[in-house]
Amino acid sequence: LSAQAPPIQVPQPKRKFGRSREGTMRERLQGIAFALPALVVLGLFVIYPAYYTVRLAFYKSDFLFSFTNYVGLQNFKDLFQDKDFFDISSFPPSGAVFNNLRWVVVYISLCLILGLALAVLTIRVRYEKAVKSVIFIPMAISATAVAVIWLLVYSPNPDIGTVNAVIHGLGGNPVSWLGQENTVNYAIIIAYVWASTGFAMVVLSAALKGIPTEIIEAARVDGAGEWNIFRRIMLPMLSLPISIVTVWLFINVIKVFDIIYVMTQGGPGTSSRVIAYTMFTETFSGNPGRGAAVAVIMLLLTIPVMVLNIRRFKSERVMT
Amino acid sequence: VATRAETATLAQPRTFSERLVRWLSRSPVHIVLLAIAALWLVPTVALLVTSFRPRSDALSSGWWHVFSSHLTLANYSQVIHAGGMGHAFLNSLYITIPATILPLTFGAMAAYAFAWTRFPFRDTVFLLVVALMVVPVQTAFVPLLKFFREHGHLNTEFYGIWLAHTAFGLPLAIFLFRNFFITLPKDLIEAARMDGASEFAVFRRVVIPLSVPALASFAIFQFLWVWNDLLMALIFVSNPAKQPMTVKITQLLSTYAQEFHILAAAGFLLMAVPLIVFFALQRYFVQGLLAGSVKS
Repeated sequence: LSAQAPPIQVPQPKRKFGRSREGTMRERLQGIAFALPALVVLGLFVIYPAYYTVRLAFYKSDFLFSFTNYVGLQNFKDLFQDKDFFDISSFPPSGAVFNNLRWVVVYISLCLILGLALAVLTIRVRYEKAVKSVIFIPMAISATAVAVIWLLVYSPNPDIGTVNAVIHGLGGNPVSWLGQENTVNYAIIIAYVWASTGFAMVVLSAALKGIPTEIIEAARVDGAGEWNIFRRIMLPMLSLPISIVTVWLFINVIKVFDIIYVMTQGGPGTSSRVIAYTMFTETFSGNPGRGAAVAVIMLLLTIPVMVLNIRRFKSERVMT
Repeated sequence: VATRAETATLAQPRTFSERLVRWLSRSPVHIVLLAIAALWLVPTVALLVTSFRPRSDALSSGWWHVFSSHLTLANYSQVIHAGGMGHAFLNSLYITIPATILPLTFGAMAAYAFAWTRFPFRDTVFLLVVALMVVPVQTAFVPLLKFFREHGHLNTEFYGIWLAHTAFGLPLAIFLFRNFFITLPKDLIEAARMDGASEFAVFRRVVIPLSVPALASFAIFQFLWVWNDLLMALIFVSNPAKQPMTVKITQLLSTYAQEFHILAAAGFLLMAVPLIVFFALQRYFVQGLLAGSVKS
């Protein structure tokens, strides 16, 4: 069991980065000409709007998207005093921010655990491909379709909804999973876990197959049990792919919108709103300035991931 | 891993009973896997079955009574014609095709510039593009909506959504293509240049033909991304006659609420194209998705 974990990453062919010599004038112009269409589109539709969003977050606004006067941090203050967005007056705390936190914890851990379990188990059976396809298919379809599929699963009518039919069959009372505040978030999260687990499984399964069999066989010969092999060999060697999947799931959580919009419209009341949902409702309910403030918060939340991506790229590991 | 190790130590079982014993000894794994697979299939099967059941049956009994009711295509013809899903299907295509081709083209050109030409600040600009990969689309909404309201009616046509999807698809395209292009042999590109080929000819006749797998992976990823998108369509397509299927379904949902035979048929029309792509191009699709994992 003392075997040192060799790096899974195959070193990429190195290429000088950061100090490209700058060629002749003709070469430069040609290079710029090739990059220009993309850079213009990025500038006009991503970079400039992002800058402008940060500015508008400090202005008062109305339904017509006219921004009148500078109000400093007022939009941010309003948001954090809005109980639909941020409410710590009761326990457990509620509002979009805390719903989103629930998403971070429950969605990410369920996807990781299920994905890892499936990766480890499918590798042992002959029908590996078939099981993987079944789990992976939901990745191809839209969150809108996932929402429709799960609306039927959760239907409160035990003659129609699958979950309530099972509960009814076991003698219980049907539950309105999407109609009550204490279940709605978890119900939507489970639907989205159903849609995303395939991704975690495929990435982790590919990484698992990259672990040399000799290491595992050597451990087995030394008398290591299956659990120890998983805990002390596979898990440490999967740390990089696990971190990549976690980052992907985190970005997904920050952006989650479509499935909530279709399943509950943020309801009942405002109990299933998340940050991205608040961005949408604020923008279209006469408060685009506050919408911009929420967008700024979202941007801030993604900055650590940006830094991570750039670092990874600079250290010349390919990020796939 | 276990299978490989075990076949090395155990003799291959010969008789049926030997094989059965071996299978049963590992049955917890099989039971868990088959249970999870069943759990994953049931929700989709439920919707599929419901989409073929007549209204009276679908409203009064669950999908598991499928064998006691006759099946019909009436729900599909109702959503396609009366429900407007046919028209919305075409809109989805009108939105998706240019929103795939534009970032593919611009992205490949820019990636070529970042990989094989020299200009000032080339690598700094490229790092900026890498950073842009995870910028949420929401950061562009308020200024773009403001712009659309003040200047003309870009979002009553498809231009707004084409450009928005192009812009937010470009960072991933550039990143993927550049990483693929730099692995092409340098000699090949130098040789073409020595023969007097223009930069455009090198790009068009040498780099592009050698990069089909990377281009295909991105094209499929972006196609499905745009096809499946709801949020951008809600924001950037204000003209009801131009709305894609995802938006149409949310409207059907408010009209039909609990009438799942209608919603199910509409849902499957929306899923049809992604499912075909998935089964036909699974390899490229998985590659594109894994590559896209850095984006979204």
